[in-house]
Amino acid sequence: MDQAVFLFEILLPALMQGLIVTLQLIACSAPFGLALGIAVAVGRQYGHPVISWLCKTYVFLIKGTPLLLLLFILYFGLPSIGITFTAFVASVVGFILCNGAYNAEYIRGALISIKEGQMVAAQALGMTRWQAIRNVILPQALCRAIPGLSNEFIYLIKYSSLAYMITVIELSGAGKLVATKYFTYTESFAAVGIVYLVLVSITTIAVTILEKRVAVPGTARATPAAQL
Amino acid sequence: MNDNDIVLRVEDIHKSFGETEVLRGVSFDVRRGETKVFIGPSGTGKSTLLRCINQLTPPDHGRVWLDGEEVTNSGARINYFRQKIGMVFQNFFLFDHLTAVKNVELALLKVRGMGKAEAREKALTELRQVGLEDWADHYPAELSGGQAQRVSIARALAMDPDVILFDEPTSALDPELTREVLEVMKKLARNGMTMLVVTHEMGFACSVANEVLFMENGVVAEQGSPDLLLHDPRFTRMKDFIGRIDSRMDD
Amino acid sequence: MDVLPILIDWLPYLLSGVASTLGLVLAALGLGVLFGLPMALGQVYGARPIRWAVGIYVWFFRGLPILVLLFLFWFGIFPAIGLGHLSAFVVGAVVLGLRGAAYQSQIFRGAVQSVGEGQMIAARSLGMSRLTAIRSVILPQAMRIALPGWSNEYPNILTDSAVCYAIGVVELLTITSRMVTQTHITMPVYLATAGIFIVLNYGGLKLLHRLEARIAIPGFGTGAM
Repeated sequence: MDQAVFLFEILLPALMQGLIVTLQLIACSAPFGLALGIAVAVGRQYGHPVISWLCKTYVFLIKGTPLLLLLFILYFGLPSIGITFTAFVASVVGFILCNGAYNAEYIRGALISIKEGQMVAAQALGMTRWQAIRNVILPQALCRAIPGLSNEFIYLIKYSSLAYMITVIELSGAGKLVATKYFTYTESFAAVGIVYLVLVSITTIAVTILEKRVAVPGTARATPAAQL
Repeated sequence: MNDNDIVLRVEDIHKSFGETEVLRGVSFDVRRGETKVFIGPSGTGKSTLLRCINQLTPPDHGRVWLDGEEVTNSGARINYFRQKIGMVFQNFFLFDHLTAVKNVELALLKVRGMGKAEAREKALTELRQVGLEDWADHYPAELSGGQAQRVSIARALAMDPDVILFDEPTSALDPELTREVLEVMKKLARNGMTMLVVTHEMGFACSVANEVLFMENGVVAEQGSPDLLLHDPRFTRMKDFIGRIDSRMDD
Repeated sequence: MDVLPILIDWLPYLLSGVASTLGLVLAALGLGVLFGLPMALGQVYGARPIRWAVGIYVWFFRGLPILVLLFLFWFGIFPAIGLGHLSAFVVGAVVLGLRGAAYQSQIFRGAVQSVGEGQMIAARSLGMSRLTAIRSVILPQAMRIALPGWSNEYPNILTDSAVCYAIGVVELLTITSRMVTQTHITMPVYLATAGIFIVLNYGGLKLLHRLEARIAIPGFGTGAM
């Protein structure tokens, strides 16, 4: 078959379909993953000892387990105790749990780095602890956590590919199907790779712009001068 | 004077960093056993001058000879010359991952290719010279500033250099620790080591220097023996400068 | 519940899965250092073309999902260049290693760059060549600085090794899958495997922390000059 025909009439349409699914997975997971991360980080740092322990354990368990295994548990395991998710939902739940755990770590690190004085000053003005957290500490922490959070977001883009392993036909799954049907392995996967590289690169650039926009004047981080 | 006595010849050194010309033509000779001290306001290129001599900072213009051989434009041979030109830095730059004795013997092992036993013995000898034999197995982080600087002098001495360059060796030290380092340097000078010292320590300059060179605006503005400079009414700028240092120290 | 006897029956297979997984991890870490370190040195001390080439390599191997890399190499690249006979384990180890090298090169690069400039100056002033200075002064310090960050690669590679399931490598997740399909016991088996991964993860980290403590030098790593 003609290369051009293959490319434009078979591979690209299939990949575009898969890309849409990938974007849907990401769109569904990212916001909740961020929210979960914030909740867990705040719960761990400022919550009741039991809540704090729960948050700590949750992160511990998720970080210690492969995401793929988590997906298997959610999709293949849960039905045996009565909870059945569709493949898409199972994937999203898994991604939220994973993304949330790593986000929580980054945010927690940022919370810790905020000086004690901020809380003290806020309370001196009459704010309750929770008001101080919401209006003074958290905004600053989220700002500082942007590099870490965006790093995690890029990981999310990449590990969304694992949804294929529980039968969701997202980008890499679409590529594999075309590859196995037409024996065009290298070409198909190279194309898939290019799409991911583009996604990741765009995100990286967008994040750099975001970081600059959001930076508080005078708080430039001292990064070692890279020669690149 | 016998020319064979000249260990180091520096001729017309120029160096610019970007737009600023830091050295504008510095020339001098150093004879064997001499101690020359460079003083002057900060930023006049004294440290840069020392680094131009051993080519850590290559000069834009000018030449340097060590014992008659040209050091500038020597390509890979510069490593050979650096063995014979010792250097002691303001911030010591001791190798943090090595004990004192290993700091001193590293170059002996890797550059001179000495055997382990021989290198170890020589290293300990040099540490003894600076009075730090008992601290041989301590790491730089465990040493006081004065001790660290003395180790760094031992490290330079171990290579049996023809000349040692001291770049503000005591500027980073507390006053109490400065003395122990200056004592070692005085001892070296008395024993005939050829030394170039950039410093603010006027007491040291007067007691040990054969010649004091006052640098200003990238050139050697005034030079002469310590006695001459202090007492001859012609050397006004240098005396002004010294006066200013002294009054700062009295505060 | 007669799960326990079945689990015990399968124990040898699970353990062989663990061995496989650990094999993948060690290969990845080893290849990561083997290729990552020279790449880092190339980026810090090398000429422009080298820095460029390393930059592209890192961008490629960090930008692609591990799943896509595995598919690409297993189905596509290796057969195309005549290496189609390699076992899935080897391919998995190589891919994990190449990817690990990309990540680790950046860790090493950061560490080398954070060794104080004065160290190189002092070394050169004693007459050492650049190479000798890098080998005897910079690297010993950089490797110690890099160790904590490098240790964090271990959990990442461990969890990534499970993705090798996708190309048929018989590691722990694969064995678990087989066990589930053959014994029809799902949750207990999955949870047991999760437990094994967690133990491997944190146990390994503990060992690495012990190693860090062992080779620590007094006062080191706190702003070397």
